[in-house]
Amino acid sequence: MSWFRRVEKGIVTPTEQKKETPDGLWYKCPECKTVTNTTEHKKNLYTCPKCDYHERINSAEYFEVIFDNNKFEELDSNLSSSDPLNFVDTKPYPKRIKATQEKTHLTDAVRTAHGQMNGLNLVVACMDFNFIGGSMGSVVGEKIARAIDFARQQKYPFLMISKSGGARMMEAGYSLMQMAKTSAKLALLAEEGIPYISLLTDPTTGGVTASFAMLGDFNIAEPGALIGFAGPRVIKETIGKELPKGFQSAEFVLEHGFLDFIVNRKELKQKLTDLLAMLRQPEEAPTKSAHTTQKKTIKA
Amino acid sequence: MLLDFEQPIAALEGKLREMKKLAEDSQVDVSEAVKALEEKIKQLKKETYANLTRWQRVQLSRHADRPYTLDYIEGFTTKFIELHGDRNVRDDKSMVGGFGEIDGRTIMFIGQQKGRNTKQRQLRNFGMPNPEGYRKALRLMKMAEKFNKPIVTFIDTPGAFPGMEAEERGQGEAIARNLKEMFMLKVPVICIVIGEGASGGALGIAIGDRVFMLENTWYSVISPENCSTILWRSWDYKEQAADAMKVTAKDMLEFKLIDGIIKEPLGGAHTEPEKMINTLRKHILKTLDELEQIPAQERISQRIDNFSSMGVVQEL
Repeated sequence: MSWFRRVEKGIVTPTEQKKETPDGLWYKCPECKTVTNTTEHKKNLYTCPKCDYHERINSAEYFEVIFDNNKFEELDSNLSSSDPLNFVDTKPYPKRIKATQEKTHLTDAVRTAHGQMNGLNLVVACMDFNFIGGSMGSVVGEKIARAIDFARQQKYPFLMISKSGGARMMEAGYSLMQMAKTSAKLALLAEEGIPYISLLTDPTTGGVTASFAMLGDFNIAEPGALIGFAGPRVIKETIGKELPKGFQSAEFVLEHGFLDFIVNRKELKQKLTDLLAMLRQPEEAPTKSAHTTQKKTIKA
Repeated sequence: MLLDFEQPIAALEGKLREMKKLAEDSQVDVSEAVKALEEKIKQLKKETYANLTRWQRVQLSRHADRPYTLDYIEGFTTKFIELHGDRNVRDDKSMVGGFGEIDGRTIMFIGQQKGRNTKQRQLRNFGMPNPEGYRKALRLMKMAEKFNKPIVTFIDTPGAFPGMEAEERGQGEAIARNLKEMFMLKVPVICIVIGEGASGGALGIAIGDRVFMLENTWYSVISPENCSTILWRSWDYKEQAADAMKVTAKDMLEFKLIDGIIKEPLGGAHTEPEKMINTLRKHILKTLDELEQIPAQERISQRIDNFSSMGVVQEL
């Protein structure tokens, strides 16, 4: 008989004695499979230390990345979705909203806030993909519209961080018109000469791409982000062929001329600060803190 | 081509024709019977079209005999000069436009164009523009603004084309640019959904001072079929999807997402195209008269305020 026969048959450890690694201690990069300690991964702003793969993060993390000492004032956090169509698919829409709110502790798919970035005042709207795919309904449109209004009144630059599958079907016509509403507000912002930076993150598609996400004075993206109007599956079905590798990646979109640059998350804050500092008008005296922090970081 | 709910009517109309022919050949007096049958047809039509389901209206909006953009333009105008190209990539045949003259008035007409037979459909890409179509539309709108001529757009598209080249050339950017620029146009803009109004591809030429829908058209964020595949994971729930999304002109007016409905002849625009064209022509001229009374800056603010008020939220 073969020499490699098992002495004991099967798994003999009783379930109670099974040793497991607790969840959340390690992060395995889906791209290069490198395993990182989660604390380390967080310190790295959720990018892989080896291959720079950018893990999807939510508004809470982006606010922490952008705002000094994670200090910010949230705007319009009391807005929540209504159900104007009495929409029912496999589940009534209000139930879906409620379940998602409970699961994510978010009110809807975007959060807007005002704070300082290296001492510069900034209004930020950031989408949350885990809230029904970051889909845009009335609340998303309205919150972005109000954030733009706020930026216009205060004359603060506006940063939009997009991460969305597109429009929210459960609000049908209303959802479509949010594309119009946000674009209208951006047209007004542009008239005032206030900078608008649009950061596209993984994924940004559909109605979001076809409205505010592509309307930045500066359209920028995170590496590897999927960016497009039609989703890859729809295109594949239309043309009946496999899509080439890297199609609709941030790098592809940059190559075709629709992005100003791609920025690594670890350099995001400094690069935005540098860019906005360059756009400052001579009559505005730079705030003291902006000046000093900037100097410090540049030196460092 | 007959839709299923058109068939009983067509059957009666066939009978009527037979009866008339019989009367001619045999010289029997059937005038009473003819009258009765005509009355019956009228009643059936009224009933049928008063009670159409949303899905049936979607079907009507796609009827291959419906007037398309160029049918309206050619029907309205005494002169029409079509203008081509986006000055960048090529001429998109699914988006047409040019200056036309009605009653001595010059108007810039722009719209998605569908085709009637296979060859035309291919040429017009089924009314699905590529980015250059939206850029051509914007070029023409800017030109209208330059020469201070009002703009009328016709919306009739199953969506912006979801192809590889469309992505390479920035379909999203092209539509987004139009939305933003159309808000700032100094001339009056009227937008009319004449068939299908699907999603961003429709909205890309549908920002105006007044947005109207013909009676048997639909306008929403996605087609009922695609909504069905995404939410129900099957093509079969398109009727439910049309009801759930409330896509008809009546719905959209109730939601205050459009400004008005333009009535179609009984049986739909395709049954009496000339009547339809005439109704629409009058409607456009009347609306332009209204809009031209408003100073340009005020028109722009109203346009922005109107779209900014769209949406329903609750404050917790």
